[in-house]
Amino acid sequence: MRKVAVVGAGMTKFTGAQSKTAVELFAEAAMDAIMESNIKPKDIQALFLGNALSDFAEGQAHIQVFAADYLGLDHVPANRYENACASSSVAFRDAVMWVASGIYDIVLVGGTETAAKMGTPLATRTFAAASDSRYEYPCGLTFPGVFALLTHLYSKRYNVPLDRLKRQMAQVSINSHYYGARNPKAQFRKEITFDDVFNSIMVAQPLQLYDCCPFSDGASAVVLACEEKAKKLTDKPVYVVGLGQASSGILASQKEYLPRLIARELSAKQAYSTAGLTPEDIDVIELHDCFSIATLIALESLGFFDFGKSGEAVERSETKIGGKIAVNPSGGLKAKGHPIGATGTAQVYEIVRQLRGECSERQVEGAKTGMTDTLGGDGGTICNIILQRGW
Amino acid sequence: MEHKLTYTAYTEALKQDRLLGLKCQQCGAITVPPMIVCSRCDSTELEVVELSGRGTIQTFTTIFVPPEGREAEAPYVVVLVELEEGPWLMGNLGGVDPAKVTMDIIGKKVRLGHAVSPGDKFSAGELVRPLFTLEG
Repeated sequence: MRKVAVVGAGMTKFTGAQSKTAVELFAEAAMDAIMESNIKPKDIQALFLGNALSDFAEGQAHIQVFAADYLGLDHVPANRYENACASSSVAFRDAVMWVASGIYDIVLVGGTETAAKMGTPLATRTFAAASDSRYEYPCGLTFPGVFALLTHLYSKRYNVPLDRLKRQMAQVSINSHYYGARNPKAQFRKEITFDDVFNSIMVAQPLQLYDCCPFSDGASAVVLACEEKAKKLTDKPVYVVGLGQASSGILASQKEYLPRLIARELSAKQAYSTAGLTPEDIDVIELHDCFSIATLIALESLGFFDFGKSGEAVERSETKIGGKIAVNPSGGLKAKGHPIGATGTAQVYEIVRQLRGECSERQVEGAKTGMTDTLGGDGGTICNIILQRGW
Repeated sequence: MEHKLTYTAYTEALKQDRLLGLKCQQCGAITVPPMIVCSRCDSTELEVVELSGRGTIQTFTTIFVPPEGREAEAPYVVVLVELEEGPWLMGNLGGVDPAKVTMDIIGKKVRLGHAVSPGDKFSAGELVRPLFTLEG
């Protein structure tokens, strides 16, 4: 298998409801990635596009071919990946395989979503469609509801009293907003306080509004190239060194693991093992903080802290820049925004910028190795990517 | 190959407050809701059994912001219940004031009933699910 590098990355600003179509948003991000890669659209040999909800948001199925055409790609294969919130991470993983195998030398990967445009009731309905339509959705399960169930399990299993846990979770959101305020691409560019969190409306007990990421519109894209091409296109190739992906069924089927999610542990193990690295080698991570509790659960399963202990680590600022592991310097899903199909490659975008040292006041100094963690559905899909500086 | 227990057969029984599962003839594990193989060992030697419908609450949430079309139901309580036979099952909890449920509910014994809501333009038919109530 050949080495594969990210040679260019682009993303739109993530926002609430706005007027551009999902294809237009993707084209903006993709052209930034293409121009940064010093190539033309006609040099791209295939498109791998993550998108979950354009059927519902815009009445647009089969969006990938119209995205490819709008960008001026030369009638190349265009495939859509639908893995709920992990769609573009999964697209990225598959794209790497095609380049590593020698079939393609240069491909475009990304994601796009206009979820905010749908409004909260329809967005809540269609997001919930990523849980099981037979055995979970009939109970009225929503995504905040999934992580609310896990919050109470976490409190019980690890003996962390709920009021203490809620304060640790609030600190997670406060940290995300601190970095979001320093990211020009973020949806929310303002810092928040404990009072903001605890005074916000209850969404799914015990999760309040500020425990939850927003609905967002936005897109992200990266150009991948084989090592030989990458060296010609850029003096700062970012190599893909580790990949993992795993699946699960209904939440109840994971009874031995909850609040841990088995797919994450399998996926992370694959990613570390293909990279030949351990959690200690990771300088910066963009992880799937769809809800504040999700950060605590992810940090433990990814091997950064002991089970039940990541909240204390957050309290000690060990997850901020300068701590044990820099977590979500982009502002994460909470503050940067979560246009679900675009989230995975937006995480890659942030890691690429961090490894290149281009993040100014939210820069993780000297970062050499970064990781992403993306979750789809109620843990049904989890995908991990490890990236490393190639210079 | 044939299904031992389809979604429709499982759901029709649930609508009569009967919980059907699959008992593995190889390893003895109970699979519920139905799968085409044993959830533990992948065996296809499965027998349909009726479960007690009794269990204990493992976790809960009260949903205040519902999906489109279910506004009239909110707030409502979602629970994960460990059945007497071992598996966990998701359902709603009835007979309580949803806004007043706390973590003290965890560990309480419940008994299975059912609830039905009309489906919407996205769902394949009506929405049938377990509706648990507290025992005693």
